[in-house]
Amino acid sequence: MFNKDRWREILEVLTSNVGRTILTAFGVCWGIFILIVLLAAGKGFENGIRKDFGDIATNTMFMWTRSTTKAYEGLPKGRSFEFKVNDVQAIWDNVPNLKFISPRNQLGGFRGGGNVTRGIHVGAYNIYGDYPEIINQDPMTVTSGRFLNHNDIKEKRKVAIIGQGVKSELYEKDEEVLGSYIKIQGVNFMVIGTYKKNNNDGDGEEAQKEIFVPFTSFSQAFNRGEDVGWMAITAHDGSSISQLKESIVDEMRKRHKVHPEDNRAIGYFDLYEQFNRVESLFFGLKAIAYLVGIMVLLSGIIGVSNIMLIVVKERTKEIGIRRALGEQPMSIKKQILMESIFLTIISGMTGIIFGALVIYGINSLLDSVGPVDMFVNPSVSVGVVSGALMILMISGLLAGFIPAQSAIRVRPIEALRTE
Amino acid sequence: MIEIKDLHKSYKMGSNSLHVLKGINFTAEAGELVAIMGSSGSGKSTLLNILGMLDGADSGEYILDGVPIKDLTETKAAQYRNKFLGFVFQSFNLINYKSALENVALPLYYQKVARKERQEKALNYLDRVGLKEWATHLPSELSGGQKQRVAIARAMAAEPKVLLADEPTGALDSKTSYEVMDLIQKINDDGNTILVVTHEEDIAHMCKRIVHLKDGVIVEDKKIEQVRAEQYV
Repeated sequence: MFNKDRWREILEVLTSNVGRTILTAFGVCWGIFILIVLLAAGKGFENGIRKDFGDIATNTMFMWTRSTTKAYEGLPKGRSFEFKVNDVQAIWDNVPNLKFISPRNQLGGFRGGGNVTRGIHVGAYNIYGDYPEIINQDPMTVTSGRFLNHNDIKEKRKVAIIGQGVKSELYEKDEEVLGSYIKIQGVNFMVIGTYKKNNNDGDGEEAQKEIFVPFTSFSQAFNRGEDVGWMAITAHDGSSISQLKESIVDEMRKRHKVHPEDNRAIGYFDLYEQFNRVESLFFGLKAIAYLVGIMVLLSGIIGVSNIMLIVVKERTKEIGIRRALGEQPMSIKKQILMESIFLTIISGMTGIIFGALVIYGINSLLDSVGPVDMFVNPSVSVGVVSGALMILMISGLLAGFIPAQSAIRVRPIEALRTE
Repeated sequence: MIEIKDLHKSYKMGSNSLHVLKGINFTAEAGELVAIMGSSGSGKSTLLNILGMLDGADSGEYILDGVPIKDLTETKAAQYRNKFLGFVFQSFNLINYKSALENVALPLYYQKVARKERQEKALNYLDRVGLKEWATHLPSELSGGQKQRVAIARAMAAEPKVLLADEPTGALDSKTSYEVMDLIQKINDDGNTILVVTHEEDIAHMCKRIVHLKDGVIVEDKKIEQVRAEQYV
């Protein structure tokens, strides 16, 4: 392998007809270039979509109540009901493998008017009554002060964490936020923290305009009693919420006297299922990129194989002489295979380099024109590049195989006879 | 050194079979210089190819330096060729993108001799054929006689038991032919066994023994008084 003479020969052969070698190399170069660029484009798309999901815990479902559609146990259909606070404990008791259950109440949203005031400032925001665990399910960065804690819950403190968007609307630029008060539907809450969320989709601005207050204070201040508006439930990493959701919903049906087959009484949104759907889209994209790339690469490889066959043909006499002088057939085979692999890898590397340059170009273009919807940071990983090199190595071997075989079929006596 | 018993060889030409060698018996001692003569189609090249293990016989025995040569795989044949035989061809058969020195070093490379030693040995043999100053030249920069001398140096470099020359002077004018024969005679004087296939009478008479082939059999085998090529050079 690391035989100086052999490498000299490989270079001698490949440089003896430079134009032809370059044309041959181009096929492989082009194939791997397309593979790399397609994979990078797919990755860019994937990154864009993933950014839309933000940091949200994807193994999560949201569940809320609607009105019943079937009569059951003497109760009529069309009855509305609410989740209660003790439903949370019931789910903990009856469904395994759950990581977080956050009961939530909400003010604002679609029907929100000017519900928050501070002095002369008025704003309409989503106000959530939450437990401290929600920060794990709907991640945000606390930029000053702190987030809710369990003492806030226990003592029903009237405190609030506000988003950057709320802060910029209700406060002057250099006003002190922490410790100040805001009035939510007529009730004063002290601001103890500010947050910022990282997602990038259309709700980006909306997401910065939320206010979080302790669940218990919310219930008391806004007269919710034991009611729970909706729940965010996250499963442990090992299990999927999609498999657990049936037993959760069943448990709720049982507790609220809903007909076991009433599928519309309890609404839910399975984020994990959506996420998986997108994941399989990514997988499909990747598969197409590989398929197209490898198909193009294949035609390049056939080109290499073809040229190697011609090289062997041209060198028939030389091979004959070498055999007469005592070169082993294996050594000839090795020589042809190494030439083929060398040519494929060199041209493949060139393709990878060009592909990387193009990706670099696209990235700096994206940087200069600002973010594009659903396309962020196209790139290929080191794993993909080494995978591509692996593919090249194998294809070089395959490309050289037939020519090498035909080279050792050359019988010295016949080779020497061709004058 | 060489022992051949009842050697047969035929070629299939479509449905016909061409019987080229019809029972050859032949022995050559170490240090002999034998000319194999015959008109074209007499089977002399076929005989040389079999002796050179480039081709296999249909039947008969071939013993080279006490080693029976039969049922050769290509790998084994390559090994034996490298160890036992040196070839000189009518058309020189140098590798044209390699310098004279590299051409001579080639058989040594197949013997896995280290690069430095290989170069030294090759240069030594080039010196012996009087082409030391041409070591770095490509075959295309050499004259016909020089090419053949490089080829002879290459054949000798592996220190073979037997040197097989197939019409070594066939492509050369008579003056260079004599130079090449002079070289062959000198190599023979050092004790090497050499077989020369030729159809030129004067070349044959510069050997020590002439074997006449006709239609696949040896019709004449005689020792002769060697004519030294030196006097013509």
